[in-house]
Amino acid sequence: MKWTHVLCTTALGLAVSAPTAWAQKTASQGIDEYRAMLADGNPAELFEAKGEDLWKQKRGPKNATLEQCDLGKGPGVVKGAFVELPRYFADTGRVQDLESRLVTCMSVLQGFNEAELIKTPFGRGEMANITALATWISGESRGMRFNLSQAHDKEKTFYEVGKRLFFQRGGTHDFSCASCHGEEGKRIRLQDLPILTKSPGDGVGFAAWPAYRVSNGQMWSMQLRLNDCYRQQRFPYPGFASDATVALGVYLGVNAKGAASIAPAIKR
Amino acid sequence: MKQPSKSVFAAMAMSVLLAGCAQGPSVAELNALTEQIVKASFRDQGHVKIERITATDETNRLCSEADVSGKPLAEAVAKRIEAANLQTIKWPSDGKFLGDWKQGEAIAQSGRGLTWTDQPGDANGGNCYNCHQISQEEISYGTIGPSLYNYGKIRGVTDPNSAAAKPIVEYTWGKIWNSKAYNACSNMPRAGHSGILTEAQVRHIVALLLDPKSPVNK
Repeated sequence: MKWTHVLCTTALGLAVSAPTAWAQKTASQGIDEYRAMLADGNPAELFEAKGEDLWKQKRGPKNATLEQCDLGKGPGVVKGAFVELPRYFADTGRVQDLESRLVTCMSVLQGFNEAELIKTPFGRGEMANITALATWISGESRGMRFNLSQAHDKEKTFYEVGKRLFFQRGGTHDFSCASCHGEEGKRIRLQDLPILTKSPGDGVGFAAWPAYRVSNGQMWSMQLRLNDCYRQQRFPYPGFASDATVALGVYLGVNAKGAASIAPAIKR
Repeated sequence: MKQPSKSVFAAMAMSVLLAGCAQGPSVAELNALTEQIVKASFRDQGHVKIERITATDETNRLCSEADVSGKPLAEAVAKRIEAANLQTIKWPSDGKFLGDWKQGEAIAQSGRGLTWTDQPGDANGGNCYNCHQISQEEISYGTIGPSLYNYGKIRGVTDPNSAAAKPIVEYTWGKIWNSKAYNACSNMPRAGHSGILTEAQVRHIVALLLDPKSPVNK
């Protein structure tokens, strides 16, 4: 397969060019080239197609489609919804991100059991469907700029809670989100880290997820992105669509104001 | 972990009410709400228990609050935190500060251990290269921490067992054991204090940094 080929070539290039400063430049150039090659074709398209089908399919105990799902801009309006989420929803009385809102729609419109959906592991069953739906919905706002509402009191409160979560040091390693994402121009190993206390620019950080991950061949939603950050922080397990993950999403999303979305993106 | 946690929203409504209509909830109310949301949102996963974030120590709590406020800790508070952390440092039981730099390099390379996907019995890595340049041969290093290349050489350590090298050797051990003893809100984990690395592993890391034969000092 094309992806395997690209990976092997790059790995070989890295191995050969190790020791000197000159080689380091070559290695990072090699990585830039690898990233450019990745952008050439994005398997996320397959998940977008699956998501669009799922949206229009009659499914679940109520044998209904999701076409009346209100993602914040009225029932059935998909374009532009992604770049305004998370937001407050009057019908649930909660601030919700895209994935938590999809859970609401699947339970209310299609009759799925909300608690069952939430505890389904990533990549399995209906959770894989939620990821595909989120992928398609994000793609419908491609190129649009993030513009989250801070009009409702709960949206403001969730921003403040999200900020506290972002700076919450804990776990065995005392890590917070800010340990990696609090300063500009830092890396872990060779991986560039976006600053997330302000907008890191178009298509970076919050504006780059969901994304297809070449290294493991998986489609990752924002919920899974946050979940894996917390895993690596040595934190306990954040519940899917829990208030903590949504509040963090509000903090990141509001900070990303004006950044153009490239979701669904492609990552190493 | 429950989803639309009713108690959390009741608390939110209450905190907004308490603060009146003109302004939002106070800092204390937002802190309390965050604590409730954390308890409702996170759960144990295998050997990783929720207490890891609900029962953090004063160092983490005060540093997090300082980060949120955007203002560094007051100097007196920082000094107090550093002194408390200094007290926790366990010095080498046999008086030997340096182990084997080769094993140190392997520990510095490894980022394994203590996540919910790691096995509890497995050896933990030091995660050092994630944030620091160390040897020149390894080009895949992070930049969150300062470069440690030539760490011993720059500090003039030619014989780590000499009296002249003693302050640097002790500082290096202490910094790895408990980084917060020297910088209250350091980004660096407290490898010995938090049980990430064993005494033997810390010894190997100190050797990696200070042994004149280590590639770090070439």
